[in-house]
Amino acid sequence: MGTVGKTQLRFQVASDQSLFVYFDLPSKKGSAEGPPSQKQITLEAHEQVRRLLRLLELEPIAGVRNLHPAYGSLLIKFDALKLQHEELENLLRTYVERMRSVALPEPRLVEIPVCYGGEYGPDLNEVAELHQMTVEQAIELHSSATYLVYFLGFAPGFAYLGDVAQQLATPRLPSPRKSVPAGSVGIAGRQTGVYPIATPGGWRLVGRTPVKMFQPDRAQMSLLALGDRVRFVPISPQQFAKLALGNT
Amino acid sequence: MSLIEVQSPGLQTTVQDLGREGFGPVGVSPSGAADPLALRIGNRLVGNAEGAAALEMTLVGGTFLFPERSVVALTGSDFGATLDDVVVEMWTAVEVRAGQTLKMGPTRSGARCYLCVRGGMDVKLFLGSASTHLLSSLGGYGGRALRKGDVLRIRSAGGAFRTFRKQRLSGRALKQLSPRKVLRVTPGPQSDWFSEEAHKNFYSATYRLAEESNRMGLRLEGPPLNSPSGGEMISEGVSLGAVQITASGLPIILFVEQQTTGGYPKIANVISADLHSLGQLRPRDEIRFEPVDFAAARALLIEQEKLLASEDLIV
Repeated sequence: MGTVGKTQLRFQVASDQSLFVYFDLPSKKGSAEGPPSQKQITLEAHEQVRRLLRLLELEPIAGVRNLHPAYGSLLIKFDALKLQHEELENLLRTYVERMRSVALPEPRLVEIPVCYGGEYGPDLNEVAELHQMTVEQAIELHSSATYLVYFLGFAPGFAYLGDVAQQLATPRLPSPRKSVPAGSVGIAGRQTGVYPIATPGGWRLVGRTPVKMFQPDRAQMSLLALGDRVRFVPISPQQFAKLALGNT
Repeated sequence: MSLIEVQSPGLQTTVQDLGREGFGPVGVSPSGAADPLALRIGNRLVGNAEGAAALEMTLVGGTFLFPERSVVALTGSDFGATLDDVVVEMWTAVEVRAGQTLKMGPTRSGARCYLCVRGGMDVKLFLGSASTHLLSSLGGYGGRALRKGDVLRIRSAGGAFRTFRKQRLSGRALKQLSPRKVLRVTPGPQSDWFSEEAHKNFYSATYRLAEESNRMGLRLEGPPLNSPSGGEMISEGVSLGAVQITASGLPIILFVEQQTTGGYPKIANVISADLHSLGQLRPRDEIRFEPVDFAAARALLIEQEKLLASEDLIV
């Protein structure tokens, strides 16, 4: 336990070879409390995650094998033959104490062209109808916000972006699609994101980008990194075709 | 340079090593052999480093032609292998003469059989690993399962071709490392979100592995549990072997091609020493969960690694 800024610091064993660091989660345990709500994801908690991740990348701990950042948590996987939970927790406390002075990289603003609706955004009409607005209003709402890259997860290069305007927040599809084309732009609750590769997926598809989100042969594989800012720029089907050609 | 020709690929045969750790921040899953112990032992039998790339076959094995002399070992489950129609012993180094054909069929025990070849499979590494990640079509042989007509390269074993020694895994080790159907688990990070009754039901239930299980996740069928708060929560990182309870109340065990983050509460986590058993579970297999504490989990892992390091492991 402890506090970091306004957030709570909590460690939680996840498995015999992994440990969670939570920021900004309820400190009290017990089943009565249940899961925290989306409201408790704060920007401050996210910044703590970024700082700790950055420091762990700059000064790796021997025996740590992988790091999984998310909204307000960092899962740390380690080699159980080299490290133990208590030992790692003690080391991490010294990292948390020092991480305030870590310089985070300047956030980049990445613009992603999106062709909204039609075959590229098969759920756009339904999303607009659900919120009793026109398709144009829905596009305007989605493309006028600047989103934060909270973390990458789910699939290689899949960035969880937030927050989608409350008026546009839409639950996932009741049953996920078997295959979502690469480049599809989806909405789930107040999250939005781009599918980097064709995968099954349950987010509501509002458009598609011709830009490649994940290129394994590049030094920077993923177009987006934690902490980046993202804006979606509406383009026409003709522009989509032209840009898609340029990518091949 | 040595080659293997794929005459028939089997149901799902991929190139695997021990996976790629360290790319969680870009969302890349480790992947790797579903039964890493079988891979490690197979490699040692043929004189490779433990983590060399090999072929992982699933439920039905393939047929492979060796144009040149080679040394191979089959580990994991018994797929009824023959070499030019002569039965091949499992867990044993076997010499293959130029032009011989190694043929496997349907499994006679668990889900996966490994074909380890002296030198190891030679594929382009992705992020330092030869492992195939099927969902994202990355790594391995073109990011996919093998097809008829594929030709795989084998790395040079280095130096002179050593004299062949027919070595095998000791009977004691084979017995101790045999896959378990009672999986030992430690509490998951949301273990205390579940009611006492849910815990009781979870540990007394017999679950059946669903057909749609794969390298990403093992879906279980059985009595549903009451999942807290509709089963959804804020996405967070997930561990290998995490037992998440979905909105339907049924467990999914996250496996080697797992997503790097997920949004379901996790009631338990399979211990490291039992992860290899997951790779041998077949659809319709019945399993149970047995709770152990973290000290016991650690002791079991240390014991397993001691066995793997023992001098009489291979005889």
